[in-house]
Amino acid sequence: MQNLFAPGHRACAGCAMPTAVKLILDAAGPNTIVASPTGCLEVISTPFPESAWEVAWIHSLFENAAAVASGIDVVMKRLGKEDTNILVIAGDGSTFDIGIGCISGMFERGHNVKYICYDNEAYMNTGVQRSSSTPFCTNTTTTPAGKVSFGNPLPKKDMPAIAVAHRVPYVATASVAYPVDLRKKVKRACEIKGPAYIQISAPCITGWNFEAGNTIEIARLAVETCLWPLYEYVFGELDGVKKVRSKKPVEDYLKTQGRYRHLFRKEGGAEVIAKIQAMADANALKFGLLG
Amino acid sequence: MKLSLGAMAEPGSTRVTKTGAWRTFVPQVDHEACIKCSLCEIYCPEACIHQVEGLFVPDLDYCKGCGVCANECPRNAIEMILEEK
Repeated sequence: MQNLFAPGHRACAGCAMPTAVKLILDAAGPNTIVASPTGCLEVISTPFPESAWEVAWIHSLFENAAAVASGIDVVMKRLGKEDTNILVIAGDGSTFDIGIGCISGMFERGHNVKYICYDNEAYMNTGVQRSSSTPFCTNTTTTPAGKVSFGNPLPKKDMPAIAVAHRVPYVATASVAYPVDLRKKVKRACEIKGPAYIQISAPCITGWNFEAGNTIEIARLAVETCLWPLYEYVFGELDGVKKVRSKKPVEDYLKTQGRYRHLFRKEGGAEVIAKIQAMADANALKFGLLG
Repeated sequence: MKLSLGAMAEPGSTRVTKTGAWRTFVPQVDHEACIKCSLCEIYCPEACIHQVEGLFVPDLDYCKGCGVCANECPRNAIEMILEEK
């Protein structure tokens, strides 16, 4: 595979995000410009005066990567260089919360920008604060599980549905545990003219609290339990899903991570796990993941 | 430190930082058992496993010893062992 994301970056040992980035760049190729907002990726890839990027890359602010990429799209069109891929690679904090206004604008104007979110389900760079991507009953530093709480009281925001509602031509979910599927989706997004949104499951060893070597295994369990369905929407229609051959109970996924430890220790935890199982079952039904 | 306009950096220049110094466990590859599926290369977060003369070899200058390769190897051909420095 071609490697356009250099070693020597400062990601935690076992971080899923650099794997996602190198797979994205392998699919997109060297004729690519990437804009990234503030986040883990920016911090670990560009400790000034160094850079891990081997394609053109720009960082501006936390909230405006989609706006920066929109500007790049306009300039590249004016220069007649429309074959260059313009990507945003961003975390869930800047995607689901802080940058959503600029993303909505970029989608609405129909820029040829492929927005890719590596989703680690909280603000990891600043110390595991909850984002609107954090799943139901997850322990974070701003939604701590304890005597009176099971952690984050709200379900994860359905960002791909928000992209579909903007009539984005290509919307997909992917996972670092399925590299062939991930690369295929990035390639497809680059081939379809107009905006795209891809959301990649990227487990975080520090925020999710697991052993470094288990990163990919945990990402795979999220798919196998139907908590992270893999699907594609093309021009608003469900175009394909990755079938789950034998669906595993959600406990298999939850018990691998310290952020769900309270569900197995605290009275009432079984009821919460039943609610999470119901969410997985609903995913399986909605996307037709089984059989 | 002299700042360039827009704070530009050279591509791939993180290579000057040898993150291998972070490592506690080091991957040991059993090349006899390896079936060359290249999953270790694909999953490595450091992008530091490459084929050298046909064999998959981790570049210990950058390997942080996370153990993803050992965990994902379908033939258990990679073992993480405590490194003596």
